[in-house]
Amino acid sequence: MSLETILTGLAGVLAAAAPVIFAAIGETLTERSGVINLSANGKILLAAMAGFAVAVSTNNLLLGCLAGMLIGSLVAAVVAFSSITLRQSQVAVGFVLALMCRDLAYFLGNPYMGLSGPRIPSLPIPILGDLPVIGVIFFRQDILTYLSYILIFAAWIWIFKTRPGLMLQGVGERPAAAFVRGANVNRMRYIYTLVGGALIGLAGPTYSLSVKAGWKGTISGLDGIGWIALAITIFGGWNPLRAAFGAYLFALLQWLGLVLQPSLPGIPSQVLQVAPFPLMILTLLLVNIGNTEWVERVLASLPESARHAIARLIRSLRASPPASLGTPFEQE
Amino acid sequence: MNVELIGIRKTFGPVTANDNIHLRILSGTIQGILGENGAGKSTLMKVLSGFIQADQGLILLDGKEVKIHSPADAIHYGVGMLHQDPLDFPPMKVIENFIAGSPGKIIPNAKEVIARFNELQRQFDFTLDPQAHVDRLTVGERQQLEILRLLWLGAQVLILDEPTTGISALQKLKLFETLRKLAAQGKTIIFVSHKLEDVEQLCHRVAVLRRGQLVGEATPPYRIDELVQMMFGKVVSFGGRESYKPGEMALELKDVSIEDYRMRIGPVSLQARKREVIGLAGMEGSGQLLFLRACTGLIRPTAGRMLVNGKDLTGKGYHTFLKNGVVYMPASRMEEGLVPGCSLMEHFVLARDQGGFFVDWEGAQKIAQEQIAGYNIHGRPDSTVESLSGGNQQRTLLALMRTPASLILMEHPTRGLDIESTLYIWSLLKERCSNQGSAILFISSDLDEILQYSDRILVFFAGRVSPPLDAASTTVDQLGQLIGGRGWDAF
Repeated sequence: MSLETILTGLAGVLAAAAPVIFAAIGETLTERSGVINLSANGKILLAAMAGFAVAVSTNNLLLGCLAGMLIGSLVAAVVAFSSITLRQSQVAVGFVLALMCRDLAYFLGNPYMGLSGPRIPSLPIPILGDLPVIGVIFFRQDILTYLSYILIFAAWIWIFKTRPGLMLQGVGERPAAAFVRGANVNRMRYIYTLVGGALIGLAGPTYSLSVKAGWKGTISGLDGIGWIALAITIFGGWNPLRAAFGAYLFALLQWLGLVLQPSLPGIPSQVLQVAPFPLMILTLLLVNIGNTEWVERVLASLPESARHAIARLIRSLRASPPASLGTPFEQE
Repeated sequence: MNVELIGIRKTFGPVTANDNIHLRILSGTIQGILGENGAGKSTLMKVLSGFIQADQGLILLDGKEVKIHSPADAIHYGVGMLHQDPLDFPPMKVIENFIAGSPGKIIPNAKEVIARFNELQRQFDFTLDPQAHVDRLTVGERQQLEILRLLWLGAQVLILDEPTTGISALQKLKLFETLRKLAAQGKTIIFVSHKLEDVEQLCHRVAVLRRGQLVGEATPPYRIDELVQMMFGKVVSFGGRESYKPGEMALELKDVSIEDYRMRIGPVSLQARKREVIGLAGMEGSGQLLFLRACTGLIRPTAGRMLVNGKDLTGKGYHTFLKNGVVYMPASRMEEGLVPGCSLMEHFVLARDQGGFFVDWEGAQKIAQEQIAGYNIHGRPDSTVESLSGGNQQRTLLALMRTPASLILMEHPTRGLDIESTLYIWSLLKERCSNQGSAILFISSDLDEILQYSDRILVFFAGRVSPPLDAASTTVDQLGQLIGGRGWDAF
């Protein structure tokens, strides 16, 4: 394999991770406010189809992306209304929506199957794009991939460094305490569910207009991405940086599955295709292993200095879900 | 700030929680609000702090009428409330808790806020680490954080709901000192409690509520019997302490050491005999909880031997201990003791193995009714446990306890309960001791409870364990010093 193949391959990994990042960070924002939106998988498919259809019909890429985000927000609005206002089970509603949106996407998408449509052009950044190695990997992408870079840091800063972000954490953690501090809990949950939904929706057109351009119905290869994004949200500890790490890891494993295939003829191709999923789970479990009791016991037997360093590392990796996740807030 | 409540009335369905209450509190005073559970103290304070709105009545702050629609509204007017279980965000840092909800720029200047925080806490000799996570703090420290936060937001009136529950004796002293300092600065302190001694020590004035009505006010020097009569309508008295007749060995510890990665305890040797009550005193997190949990088999000791009824159970698990008559009552009743959503009857079915595949509901109903009557639980067999008051939940836990028990281990058996419930719980426990020969080990942060009911006392301080002290010859002062880490050289 030449260096150039590897570099373009890695660039492809970054681009392929962009939609997963949108979805995982959208879900992170939603869950940070205390709402679980399980509809991501179907929503991404529906948004991909709708984004493609709009882009084909209007020949306008921006409208395509906006259509995807709108679909995401609309589906999120259903989740928000039924869980926040009607106090129904968020899990049940989200799950049903996930299945329904998927089938809706296949059904409504029939007329657009296999059409050739517009594709978001790549936009090398001057100067940065000319840098050796780094330029090829990072700065010869399309605008959505750049957006994914920005989103990672923007979301992280928002959640952990700003006043509204602290309140967002508080609303998900202990809505009563956030209420005492002046937060309008249910309004905040609506807003974050809708914004998160729009981001998850954006993952759709990112596929159908860029990463896997076009709409191919059931063989589009998008089914399952939403569930992966949900898993990344959880293993990512509701932290955008760690969620991004998960998304890049997933994309990297998928790419390795493809490029390693010719050099490992003994292994059936299916194994390499499926391998990213269990590998992903294993890696993320390792990251979260500090939550278990036996690790603490093993730690206790280590010498003082080593124990301190490891304990600190584990504590920084440890994450627990927002305490009020999935429970409606009732003001007295 | 002068606070005036005029004709406050609030009903919940058929229950009148506050009935035409008039109260005037002057700036610079510490006003006690006394009353047993359900007397309407919390409702009144929730009205003042904006949590709920009164059906009728006026609130005047410095003579001006205000309408308080939410807690955020209240703090805007300068009224802040410290809840019994501090309303903070446990997984977040101290400084993040401090900032959340404060007005200011979208990205706060952390350095500046930390400087301000430290300056504020220095006034009261608090030593909170701004970067510590709140879930690592004790309840007392979390209270300190909330007080600082409310002051920072400009609170002129500070309402404290049962603030001395669950904090150590030393933290209580510090809290009282802080409140006196604040009152001297001209702040208005409203101190809600059912603990007579706290009110007596601290308050400039006391208002007593009973069944939603203000039954009277008092000023120092307080006559305790008078206050008690106002609270309950009748006089309850603490029973005198009885000497126990020790029986056979219930629990024997031989050089037991316990460790987790924060703390190392022991080696401890202890012999607890039947009918004996042993109190475990110490600041929260001094090792008493670890010790108690080791005695239940939940934590394995790293060295030493443990014998229950003369049988060696070293290294065995919780279920083996349970089979040998060791029962354990955790402090968090709803989280670890009871199953929210299940009725009393279902709890009795779960606790008692009836045998057979199908549940005998008629039999269960009968058992539930017997137990409800026997333990004086205010509830029906189909009441869910979360609908019961704290005292009734505790009685339920006692009723669920396996009999016969040779060793009863309890965390904070009467935390958050009023005097009557406390007396009742202890009369039940004492009965167990004398009739069934159970030995009791209990943790409490209430020194009076420890001295009143224990035969012997173990004091914990940063993992160190005192030799058993004879409760009859120990004073509050001695105990307080040991808990605070003084006088350990004598051992």
